[in-house]
Amino acid sequence: MRTARMLVTTSFIVAVTALSACSASSPSRVSASPGVSASPGATARPTGTVTVLTHDSFAIPDATVKKFEQASGLTVKFVAAGDGGALVNQLVLTKDAPLADVVYGIDNTFASRVGDAGILLPYASPAPAASSKISAGLPATKGLTAIDFSDVCLNVDLTYFASHDLAAPKTLDDLLDPKYRDMVSVTNPATSSPGLAFLLETVAAKGDGWKDYWTALKANGLRVTSSWSDTYFVDFSAPNYGGDRPIVLSYASSPPSEVIDGKPTTAALLDTCFRQVEYAGILKGTDNVAGAQAVVDWMLSDDFQSEMPNSMYVYPVSDTASIPQEWLDYAPLSPKPWSMSPTEITTRRDDLVKEWTGLVLG
Amino acid sequence: MTARGIARRPPRLSIESWWLGVAPLAFLAVFFVWPTTALIARGLGDAVGSSLPWSRMASAALTTLTLSTVGTVLTLAIGLPAAWALFRRHWMGARFATALATVPFVLPTIVVATAFRALTRGMHFADTKPGMLATIVAAFVFFNVAVVVRVVGPVWAQLDDRQFWAARTLGASSFRAAMNVQLPALTPAIVAAAATVWLFCSSSFGVVIVLGGGSVATIDTEIWLQANRFLDLGAAAFLGIAQILVVASTLLVASLLRGRLRGSGLSRGAAQAKRPSGPRGVFAIVAALSPAFVVFAVPLSALVWRSVRTRNGIGLDYYARLFDGHELAGVASSAASAAGRSLTIAVVTATVATTLALAVALVATRRRRGGWLHIGVLLPLGVSSVVVGLGSLLTLTRRLPGGFSLVDADLLVPAAHIVVALPLAATVIAPALRAVDPRLRAAAATLGASPTRVFALVEWPLIRRSVAMAAGIAAAVSLGEFGATTFLVRPGAPTLPTLIFHLLGRPGAENLGMAFAACVVLAVMTLAVAMVSDNPRAGRMMT
Amino acid sequence: MTTHEGPPGLTLTDVGVRYGDVVAVDGATLTVDVGEIVAVTGPSGGGKSSLLSAIAGIVAYTGRIAWNGEDLANVPVHRRGVGLVFQDGQLFPHRSVARNIEFGLEMAKVPAARRREVVTELLDLTGLTGLGDRPPTELSGGQRQRVALARSLAVSPRVLLLDEPLSSLDASLRDRLGTEIRDILKARGTTTILVTHDEAEAERIATRVVRIDGGILRPL
Repeated sequence: MRTARMLVTTSFIVAVTALSACSASSPSRVSASPGVSASPGATARPTGTVTVLTHDSFAIPDATVKKFEQASGLTVKFVAAGDGGALVNQLVLTKDAPLADVVYGIDNTFASRVGDAGILLPYASPAPAASSKISAGLPATKGLTAIDFSDVCLNVDLTYFASHDLAAPKTLDDLLDPKYRDMVSVTNPATSSPGLAFLLETVAAKGDGWKDYWTALKANGLRVTSSWSDTYFVDFSAPNYGGDRPIVLSYASSPPSEVIDGKPTTAALLDTCFRQVEYAGILKGTDNVAGAQAVVDWMLSDDFQSEMPNSMYVYPVSDTASIPQEWLDYAPLSPKPWSMSPTEITTRRDDLVKEWTGLVLG
Repeated sequence: MTARGIARRPPRLSIESWWLGVAPLAFLAVFFVWPTTALIARGLGDAVGSSLPWSRMASAALTTLTLSTVGTVLTLAIGLPAAWALFRRHWMGARFATALATVPFVLPTIVVATAFRALTRGMHFADTKPGMLATIVAAFVFFNVAVVVRVVGPVWAQLDDRQFWAARTLGASSFRAAMNVQLPALTPAIVAAAATVWLFCSSSFGVVIVLGGGSVATIDTEIWLQANRFLDLGAAAFLGIAQILVVASTLLVASLLRGRLRGSGLSRGAAQAKRPSGPRGVFAIVAALSPAFVVFAVPLSALVWRSVRTRNGIGLDYYARLFDGHELAGVASSAASAAGRSLTIAVVTATVATTLALAVALVATRRRRGGWLHIGVLLPLGVSSVVVGLGSLLTLTRRLPGGFSLVDADLLVPAAHIVVALPLAATVIAPALRAVDPRLRAAAATLGASPTRVFALVEWPLIRRSVAMAAGIAAAVSLGEFGATTFLVRPGAPTLPTLIFHLLGRPGAENLGMAFAACVVLAVMTLAVAMVSDNPRAGRMMT
Repeated sequence: MTTHEGPPGLTLTDVGVRYGDVVAVDGATLTVDVGEIVAVTGPSGGGKSSLLSAIAGIVAYTGRIAWNGEDLANVPVHRRGVGLVFQDGQLFPHRSVARNIEFGLEMAKVPAARRREVVTELLDLTGLTGLGDRPPTELSGGQRQRVALARSLAVSPRVLLLDEPLSSLDASLRDRLGTEIRDILKARGTTTILVTHDEAEAERIATRVVRIDGGILRPL
C-alpha cells in the first residue's frame, strides 16, 4: 500500500539523518567506570577499566595481561582499529570523544602527526625503561613514550651467495653493483610500512641524491612488491621459501626464523637499517588517568617488555628485559641505524612517496 | 477511451509487503548507511581548502571500470557453462563439485593473491603491467565463479523443459533452443549475478594491491591509500562518493536490463537435472567444466601442496601445530578457537542475513517499486570496506545509554558480515521468487489461501532450495570476510581469516606452512557448510 | 453498503480494467444468473482474461462487481469465493493430485476425513479415479486440466471462472472434455464464466455467449 511504502521510506530517511547528526555531536565514551583521578600526592590504588586502542598486529599473551590485572586491580581491554594508518585515523576522527584511555602502536612515521593534533596527555613514566640507554637513543615525540622498536634492514640469503661463490653485499651502494643485478626485492612505500622505512632510510643516507639512487636501483633490476609477506614469502630465495631473489627487505629480527639445523641461512645487512619505533600515549579525554598511567608503566615493565620479541617480533626498550637466545645469536641490532626525526617524516612523507611512485613505478 | 468511475481496488496479493522492508532497511541504515555517511561527511569537512589529486583519481576510476568489466565478462563466460553442467545435469559428484566451486569465494584474498603470485613468479610477463592486470583478472574469475554458479544455477534447474523441447521439435538445435528459450528466462538471474560480480571486482582491494604490486590503482585501493597512508580523508571521501556513484549507476543499468526482461515464470518446481546422455553428453559436461576447473584447480592445489610440504617431506605437521592448543603468532588464541569463532559468526550471519534477504526479495518481486530496495541492498557490496570500517569505528563503537556497547557484545563483526551477506542472499533468492508463476499464487488465493498461506504453502516449497543456497553463500561470505573484520575484531579473539593474516606477517617456514594449512582448514569448513546447505534433503528440513 | 437486494448471481456494472495507459476492459456490464454458464469469446487481446482477473480480484478495476447484490470491492482474493482455472492448470507441482484437490478444503479448515471424501468424489466425477497419489508431472495435459477443475470445484465456489481451459489440448480431447465439463457444471449447478476463443466450444459448453472485443462487451 502506498502509505506503508511512504512510511517506510520516510522513517528510513529520518532515521539516517538523525543518526548522522548524532555522530557530529559528542557521543558518550566506551570506557566504563572511571577510576580514581590522579590528584597530586594521592597514593590511592587506580581502579576500573583501562581501554587500550591498538593496531591489528598487536599481540600479548593472556597470562601476562592477567598477571598485571591481578597485581594492579585494573581491567585492561584491548580494542583494535585496523592497521597503523587506520589507528591514527581513529584517533584523529574521535578526538573529541576518544574511545580509549591509552593508545599503543603509533610508529615514528605517524608519531608527530598525532603529537601535534592535541590528542595526547603528556606523561613521563617513572619506569626505568623510559630512561634506558636505548630509549635515549630513540627519536622522541611530544606526548608519546617509546615502548619498542625494530630495525628494517635488507636480508640476504647466505646459502645463495655461498653456492654462487659471490660475496654478499654490505652497504646500500653495493646494491647498485652489476654483479647483484636482478637480485633485490623491496616493498612499495605507499602500501607497506617497511617499504616506507626503507625509502626514508635512503633519503636519510643520500640526502637529495636519493632519487638518483633509486633510478640506479631500478636500472639494476629492482623488483617492487606491495607488502612484506609478498617479498619475504614469495620472492626470498632462502631455503624455506624457494624464491628467486636473494636480497629482500625485511627486519633485523627475521634471521632467527631461518635457522636450519642450528645454522643461520640468512642475515641482516646491518649497514642498511632504519630504526622504527613504536610508541604509546595517554589520550586526553580519558577519565581514568591513574589507570592509564599504570598501564603505560606496565608496558615499560620487564614482564611486558620480555614478551615483545616473541609476540610482536620487536625489540624492547628496556635494558633489563630478557631477549630470546636465538635473537642474541642471530638477530643483532644495527650499531648505527639510519633514522629521521618524526617531525621531518610527517612533513616530507607524502611528497616523498609521490615522487618515489613517479620515479620507480611510473 | 477512459475507464470511468472510482478505482476500487481489491488489495494486492500480499498486503503487508512494504512492511517487510522495514527490518532489512533498518539494519542497513544503522550498520552501513550511518557509518558511511558519517565518514564521508567528516572527510568532506576536511577536504575544504585542500587540493585533491584529480588526475590520480580519474585514472583510478578508469582502471576500475576496465578491470571490473573484463573480469565480469570472463567470469560469466566460465561460470555459465559450469552452472549448466552442475545444475542441469545429474551426475555423481555434482553436489561436491558445486560445493567446491564455493570455496575460492571464502579464501582470504591475501593468501590467494600470494598463491597466484607464487605461481606466476617465474614468468617475466607477470612482472609487466599488462601481466599484472591479467593476473588480477584471473584472480577475479577465481573468486567470483562461485557467485554465477550459485545465483544462476538453481534458477536454471527449475526451468520448464517443455518450451525448450518445443523449440527443438521445431527444428532448432540444442544450442539455439537454449539461446532462444532458456536464455531469456535466465536473463534476470544472469544480470543479477553479473551485477554482483562486477561489484565485487570493482571493490576488490586485496587482490589488486598484492597482484598489482601497489602500482595498479583502482578506486578502492586509492581510498585505502589516501585514508590510511596519506591520512587524506578529504580525498578518500571524494573517492568514496565517486565509488558510490559508480556502484549506483551499475546497479541502475542492471535493473533496467532486468526490468526489460521479466522472469518468464517458467519455474515448474521439480529439479530438471537429467543424466548425461552417452559419451557426447559426458563430453559436454567435461567441456563445460574445464575452464572453471583449470582456474580453480591450479591455485587450490598449490595451496594444499604448500600446506603439506614440510621440511621433512610431505606431512601434516603444520596442521598438527595449528591445533595443538598453543597460542599462535603471539595471538592469545588457538586455531581451534578461531575456527570455532568463525563458524559461530557464520551461522549467525547466515540466519539473520537469509531472513532479511527473504524479506527484501519478497518486497522486490511483489511491489512495483520494490526493485529499488534490492538495489539499495546491493550498495554495500561495492563500497570500500575502508570507508565502512573507519566509519563504523567512528559511529558504532559508542556506548549506548544503559551501558550497552556493540563492541563489548561482540556484535560488530557479525553485523558487518550480515551487511555484506544480505545483498548476496537477496540476489540468490529474488530470481527464484520471480520465477514462480504469479498465476500459481493467484490459483492458490482463489482457493482461499491468504497471502501468508500462499507464501508458506505454494511459494516456499518452490524457493526452498534457493533459500538454502542463499544461506550457504551467506555463511561462506562470513567465513571468508576479512576487509571489514580487521577493523572490528578484538585482539585476542581473531577469526580464522584474521589469524591467517597474522601468521603471514611473521617470518619462518612454520608460520607460512601454518598459514596455508589454516587456509585449507577454512576451505574444508566452507565445503562442509556448502554441502550441508546444498543438500536437497536439508532443504526439506527447513520447512 | 452491503445489501442482499439486487439480482442474485454475479453482476458486473461498468467494469473497467487498465494497465497503465492501455485499456483492457472498458465499461463491461454483464449479469450471470446462478447456475448459468456464460461463455465470453473474442479475439486474443480483446480483454477476456483481464475481465476474469478483475472478477477474481487479481487486478484493480473500476466499476462494480457484485454477488447477490453484495459489492465485492475491497474483498481480498481469498475471500471472494471465486474459483479460477487457467489454461495450463497451474497445479502445485510439489503436491500430489489428491493434495492439489484438497488444497482449498485445507484452507477452509475442513477436517481430514471429510476432505478425503470430497477428493474421492471429485476424482470419480472427473474421471481420475485412482490417480490421487500421482505427482502432477506424471499426468497428461487433459488429466491436468481435470485436476485443476476438480480442485476449483472442491470448494464449491460461488462463481467458477475458466480461462481457456481447453486451449492447450488437442481437438478430440477438447470435444470430449468440453462435454464432460458441461455435464459436471450443470450437475453441480455452478455459476460459470468460460473464456475461449473457440466459438464452437463456446456454443457447446455454455448456455449463453457474449463477446468481448477491444475491451467492450457485447452479447451475441
